[in-house]
Amino acid sequence: MNPGFFSLTLEAAQVVLGVAMLLALVRLLRGPRAQDRVLALDTLYVNAMLLVLAIGMHEGTALYFGAAVVIGMLGFVSTAALAKFLLRGEVIE
Amino acid sequence: MIANVAALLVLAGALVACLGSFGLLRLRTFYERVHPPTMGTTLGTALVLAGSMLHFSALGSRPVIHEILIGAMMVVTTPVTYMLLVRAALRRDGGDGAG
Repeated sequence: MNPGFFSLTLEAAQVVLGVAMLLALVRLLRGPRAQDRVLALDTLYVNAMLLVLAIGMHEGTALYFGAAVVIGMLGFVSTAALAKFLLRGEVIE
Repeated sequence: MIANVAALLVLAGALVACLGSFGLLRLRTFYERVHPPTMGTTLGTALVLAGSMLHFSALGSRPVIHEILIGAMMVVTTPVTYMLLVRAALRRDGGDGAG
């Protein structure tokens, strides 16, 4: 087993996921409409979740897994709430 | 050896997710832009979770499968949010999206 290759590959994956988050952030800032921004936010949180998982693997602890679960759940709730708001004008009727 | 395979799986998943984000930035209309991020949420997440499962199973020398929790959650929640979002977009564009 070569620990250098493992560490380097995971760091490369983290950089790639960071770039993916930046691309989503550009779309989030550009818009042009609200649904584009919500979609970009959804992509952003999925990429952030994958980044946390990659960091957890790099550190070798299972602690980051819980953080990834929480990011996934809150991301779903926030995107669903925002989509519902765009659809109806209010979240809870 | 197993750790290297797991790292390569994670890198592949990251590349797929990055490709999805690039498509989100690149395509012109909203209805085209809905498609690419699903690459990251399905194949990207599956590859990263497979790598994580492989790595922690090898690290603890016992099967670690709690990553399936995230996988099942993404599989269930992604279509729901995207259908809600596209329906909202259709409604805002004046189409018949409320039905």
